[in-house]
Amino acid sequence: MEGIKPGTEDKLKMDGIKKELRNPSKATHQDYFGKTISYICIAFVGFLVLSILYFITTRGMATFTENHVNFWAFLSGTNWNPGMLDSHGQPEVGALPMIVTSFCVTVLAALVATPFALGVALFMTEISPKRGTKFLQPVIELLVGIPSVVYGFIGLSVIVPLIRHAFGGTGFGILAGTIVLFVMVLPTITSLSIDSIRSVPMYYRSASLALGATRWQTIYKVVLRAAAPGILTAIIFGMARAFGEALAVQMVIGNATLMPHGLLTPSSTLTSQLTTGIGNTTMGTLPNNALWSLALILLLMSLVFNVLVRFIGKRGSLKK
Amino acid sequence: MNSKAANNVATGVIYLLVTAVVGILVFLLGYILVTGIPHVSMHFLTSAAQSFKAGGGIRDQLFNSLYLLVLTLIISFPIALGSGIYLSEYAPNNWFTSLIRTAIEVLSSLPSVVVGLFGYLVFVIKFNVGFSILAGAIALTFFNLPLLTRSIEESLEDVPDLQREAGLSLGLSRWKTITGIVFPAALPGILTGIILSAGRVFGEAAALIYTAGQSAPIVSYSNWNPFSPTSFLNPMRPAETLAVHIWKVNTEGVTPDALQISSGASAVLIVVILLFNLGARYLGNWMFKKMTAAK
Repeated sequence: MEGIKPGTEDKLKMDGIKKELRNPSKATHQDYFGKTISYICIAFVGFLVLSILYFITTRGMATFTENHVNFWAFLSGTNWNPGMLDSHGQPEVGALPMIVTSFCVTVLAALVATPFALGVALFMTEISPKRGTKFLQPVIELLVGIPSVVYGFIGLSVIVPLIRHAFGGTGFGILAGTIVLFVMVLPTITSLSIDSIRSVPMYYRSASLALGATRWQTIYKVVLRAAAPGILTAIIFGMARAFGEALAVQMVIGNATLMPHGLLTPSSTLTSQLTTGIGNTTMGTLPNNALWSLALILLLMSLVFNVLVRFIGKRGSLKK
Repeated sequence: MNSKAANNVATGVIYLLVTAVVGILVFLLGYILVTGIPHVSMHFLTSAAQSFKAGGGIRDQLFNSLYLLVLTLIISFPIALGSGIYLSEYAPNNWFTSLIRTAIEVLSSLPSVVVGLFGYLVFVIKFNVGFSILAGAIALTFFNLPLLTRSIEESLEDVPDLQREAGLSLGLSRWKTITGIVFPAALPGILTGIILSAGRVFGEAAALIYTAGQSAPIVSYSNWNPFSPTSFLNPMRPAETLAVHIWKVNTEGVTPDALQISSGASAVLIVVILLFNLGARYLGNWMFKKMTAAK
């Protein structure tokens, strides 16, 4: 009789077990705690990106919404003098010279840097992987590590006088900017190209060599083609870095807001105009708003580079 | 024969390109060190900068750079660690995670000048903080976060899953597994990542011009009260860093010995960054050996 009816003591014990089973344990609480922390951090990063996009966009649009500057006139005008009015009574905010110069230095720097980057990448992956990695990896890391102002300073004290001696003129201009940027994007393109060449499967090379191809034939006809999407991505990342680089370029480009007439005349990029101008204009005025619009163009271009990289990544992976 | 000749030519060209790149680096380092080191003296490192006459030093700039670096790391490390843990341990494979990854990619490819201008707009203008070390440190945090997050995430992912399974099978919570097992195992990689990002932060200037400002007010190094405006620890004072100083004396400065100052300052900057790089390598290897059984 007594054994069938549970005593109060047993009931309490059962309740305790029930409670323990039904309610979250200490470990679960710990996990909630940790999860919350990591979610807060990641939410902060997401919020940060959104607010950067929001703030730069609203400030950048002020030129068009508050000052009623025509968007196309802004993109295609060639006179940049935001404090002045032109003959039609419109403010002179033509950003084309800066846009053209920015694209010029970016594309030229990427064009010059790519052969060098591919040379180093092929040396480290195909020709001499052991020695190459040992000696060239630190070289690339050091090139990344040198700060942009130091590049600018060397450009100013070595490259600009050199160009002045060789070609005449002031020495400031797109050519000097290209040379400085070439060295700055070199490590970016190199290290990303190395990653993409390394990820080409070994049996591709073996198959090609077994067919009697020379090493160069293997590199040129097999490896480089298989790695092409990755190399293209590397070049775009390099271009994104060149496009957004501010101080090094600002120090050697000459900062004249004129349409570039050649590689040797002083001109101005989007970034150099921003760094020079923001401190000299008052918040909320047209000259200042126009500068924020330049920042918006920079932001949009950086998004475009991102989209390009994603697109190439998708196309590249589909082929496999 | 023809293809063999092509092979030799191509190999020769590749060797030439590699030599050129190594030559560029040797020239850069050589130029900075050879022209810069003679200008670096005790006096140069310990005296204040001069605006109008020759003979100024870089004491305040050097200190500002280091102080800014420390503040930046204090702010950015916890956030990057949390985000790194999320991405490597908790992130489910869904649209939200891929959105977050995209956001981090976008942030890391934003030009530093845009990040600096955002800091200027929000902290200096909207929150009325003014040009200050704090605003500079926050702008540098934004600039540093994506890279630090990614390196922490990679170090955490390098820890084998067996270790996590072992922790979970002992009845530990996931969080306890992360803090007690995965994080210590990933520590060498995380430290290397921090030191490398410190090198980048130390040399950054574009994000600082309009956040930390371009002036270095006279501060007293014996005033340890961080709330006093003349204290060197006060985070609300404007602070020109070493990298900004190099930019400034070259573009807007009227100092007669701008060339000497910038070569000396560049040499100091490069030496510090070289130390960071070597330190990262050495410390990473050392810790790895210390914490694992690997020889």
